Amino acid sequence: MSGDAAAIVAAVEAVAERIQAERDHLTDLDSAIGDADHGGNMARGWAEAADAVADLDDPDAQTAVKTAGKTVLSEVGGAAGPLYGGSLVFASQELEGGITPETAVAFAETYLEKVQDRGDATVGDQTMVDALTPAVHTFKKSIETDDLSPLEALAKAVAAAEAGVQFTVPIRASKGRASYLGWRSVGHQDPGATSTLYIMEELLDTAADQLDSEVPDVDASSPTIPDAEAAEN
Amino acid sequence: MVGLVVVSHSAKAAEGIVEVAAEMGGDTAIEAAGGDGDGSIGTDADRISDALAAADDGDGVVVLVDLGSAVMNAEVAIELHDGEAVIADGPVLEGAVNAAVAATDPKATLESVVEQAEAAADIEKT
Repeated sequence: MSGDAAAIVAAVEAVAERIQAERDHLTDLDSAIGDADHGGNMARGWAEAADAVADLDDPDAQTAVKTAGKTVLSEVGGAAGPLYGGSLVFASQELEGGITPETAVAFAETYLEKVQDRGDATVGDQTMVDALTPAVHTFKKSIETDDLSPLEALAKAVAAAEAGVQFTVPIRASKGRASYLGWRSVGHQDPGATSTLYIMEELLDTAADQLDSEVPDVDASSPTIPDAEAAEN
Repeated sequence: MVGLVVVSHSAKAAEGIVEVAAEMGGDTAIEAAGGDGDGSIGTDADRISDALAAADDGDGVVVLVDLGSAVMNAEVAIELHDGEAVIADGPVLEGAVNAAVAATDPKATLESVVEQAEAAADIEKT
């Protein structure tokens, strides 16, 4: 198995364990604004996905991600199946050439676009898009403009996702089942944004493990000062 | 012949809608894809994929959906489907009946059946 594929298998296993550990917390968040099935559904789906990728015979990275996505799509009910699983399947095509900083950015952008399209959601709707958008934007800029290492870029993306999760607390839901609550959704942390953050944290931990490095202690801010004149042009 | 798939959160609702539409639909292939696959309320992309394959004889499939995740799972199933399929933006029961009738027209195309399914949004009841 290639190193990339081995990393994906390890990451899916780590995500499955984390979601299982956070299962009750996710369900509590969902019972406040939804139908209280997010924790159980996600835990079951990711456990199956971990088994499915472990059973693959010498996969490449694309196949491993696609298999995880297909399993999540099949096993997770409600909107989370198509949002997490369907988007992983679709975005996996960006990893055809393995995992490089460039393909990782392309994967992240395609995944975000798919989630936005599928859920018809934008930033500020109190959904997983609120965590995902700042994370993907930060990752892209860290790689393409700030020239940071992939691990540092991913650590910054996780910090950005964390800020996005906090942003879901004081805003009103406009998409998904929580939107039926109207103003009563204000003051509740979105379960989908939260599980998105957990998944990203596990990707970061796995990446650090694979690289034999420590997880960088960073925030989401960029090390570069924007050039005002260049921005105007 | 253009086929139909009816997607609902309830397996019973999907089957019931198929029952009503089939009454008017002659030889139209109409498949129900309701429920989450475990006997609970929900929708399931795998079930919808199977229904698409069963309803498609090469002329395409029109998909009628109810709410929320039914739309998302139908979209994913269509992406994974080996053939043409379109979600009709109309009411699931009235749209299915309209589409079933439209599909029996010997000149029916995927577009004409979608159009009739969507026209069901204009049906007035009072």
